[in-house]
Amino acid sequence: MKNLVILGAGTSGTIMANHLVSKLDKKDWSITIVDQYETHYYQPGFLFMPFDIYKPSQVVKKGQKFIPKGVNYIVKEVELIVPEKNKIALADGEELPYDILIVATGSKTAPQETEGLIGPNWYKNIFDFYTYEGSKALREKLRNWEGGKLVVHITEMPIKCPVAPLEFAFLADAFFKDKNMRDKVDITYVTPLSGAFTTAEATKVLQYLLEEKNIKVVSDFNIERVDQENNKIIDYAETEVPYDLLVTVPTNMGDELIERSGMGDDLNFIPTNKETLQAEAHENVFVIGDATNVPTSKAGSVAHFEAEILMENVLAYAHNKPFKEKFDGHSNCFIETGGGKALLIDFNYEHEPVEGTFPIPGIGPLQLLKESRMNHMGKLAFRWVYWNMLLKGVPIPMVPSKMTTKGKKYKTQ
Amino acid sequence: MEKTIAGKTVNVNEEGYLTDFSQWTKEVGEELAKEQGIQLTPRHWEVIDYVQDKHKKDEALSVRGIKKSGVFDVKEFYDLFPGGPLKKATLIAGIPKPKSCI
Repeated sequence: MKNLVILGAGTSGTIMANHLVSKLDKKDWSITIVDQYETHYYQPGFLFMPFDIYKPSQVVKKGQKFIPKGVNYIVKEVELIVPEKNKIALADGEELPYDILIVATGSKTAPQETEGLIGPNWYKNIFDFYTYEGSKALREKLRNWEGGKLVVHITEMPIKCPVAPLEFAFLADAFFKDKNMRDKVDITYVTPLSGAFTTAEATKVLQYLLEEKNIKVVSDFNIERVDQENNKIIDYAETEVPYDLLVTVPTNMGDELIERSGMGDDLNFIPTNKETLQAEAHENVFVIGDATNVPTSKAGSVAHFEAEILMENVLAYAHNKPFKEKFDGHSNCFIETGGGKALLIDFNYEHEPVEGTFPIPGIGPLQLLKESRMNHMGKLAFRWVYWNMLLKGVPIPMVPSKMTTKGKKYKTQ
Repeated sequence: MEKTIAGKTVNVNEEGYLTDFSQWTKEVGEELAKEQGIQLTPRHWEVIDYVQDKHKKDEALSVRGIKKSGVFDVKEFYDLFPGGPLKKATLIAGIPKPKSCI
């Protein structure tokens, strides 16, 4: 009997368990999935909770519900991965040997990485919305906030769902307009990148959104520290941005387990072959989702597309066959722009997001890189798709794991 | 679009970043630096080597990452590439600037 172990029962790990349980021969393979927490969060919902669009109960479920029968589900903390010995050491001393390991330990916020961020005002007038706790606390704050300078801030790249902070700024604009207090709120978007939009195409077609919503942008801002006493953030070039309410996206890092096991880069992300999803350092270790260092977005859609490729590659490896499938970096995201509208983007390692139609080339019904109500409906419908299709590994109709260039308006270089 | 620099034809995007790293040479780097008003010193070249190495490994670039690397002091990085240090260092190094998905 051989063992396949999956570490992490988040989006990626859960999808892989569902894919593999029906594909690996039960006579030869035992599948085990380990996660330290019992709860599975619908993380895209954290964006909506602060604005009372989603209730906390809509984004939380028991993880077990999504783990298929025939997979051993262990809720325990992992102490160490020992790739040289092909085994996992659990915190309680138990050991799990493996023939194939899939690391799906994700990424999480690391506010302690920024000087002065964790302090007396953390969750008083400084919040994150990338955690369940932060998003919920911010909801309470926004219900009674009387206005002032709202600063939406990104610490450093890469972050999970890179457009979420911008969506937050858009939704905040709509939220305060609805409350008839937009004139009392000054919204500033602060980014370490060269602008709110960083590709030429998006800048050209989306810049109007910032003007229309009166969102100021401070770019190339590399935060050095938070001055909680004087309510301002300060960057290495001594630029200061004052705030009354700071909504920050802290540094995102891979799990400490990866650091303890000596398998990660500076940010605890695992160097991973971007096409095969095999760990660079160990041939029987595969990595999926936010835990990798592959140069595409850290997002659920990416995990979903990667999972289809990884399933084929794990099966090939299990049967001593060469890899046939290559991940192309495909990512597909809805971007809320507020007021019941959203954008949709579809891109991969090679192709940046452009305008076009999706998923049926030339028809749609969804429009790429353009605001529409239909895209917003798609985004809201996605919560159902996530719980009922995506986690279970059910293919999304007409959305293949590899991106198509059809129906997209690429400029010839 | 094409651009002739240091006697070589290279492909660049609308912001002047090389779109094909294989077309980059030290001479191209020097000319790109001059266009940014920067005269390259050995210390600049160390930064360029560092960011190119990160690029080859597909690792993300950030100023905080540079601080953590211990190779450079952040203040020095700003002094070497005034204004937007990552923006300028990557342009001169012939690699894409750090970006988001849109």
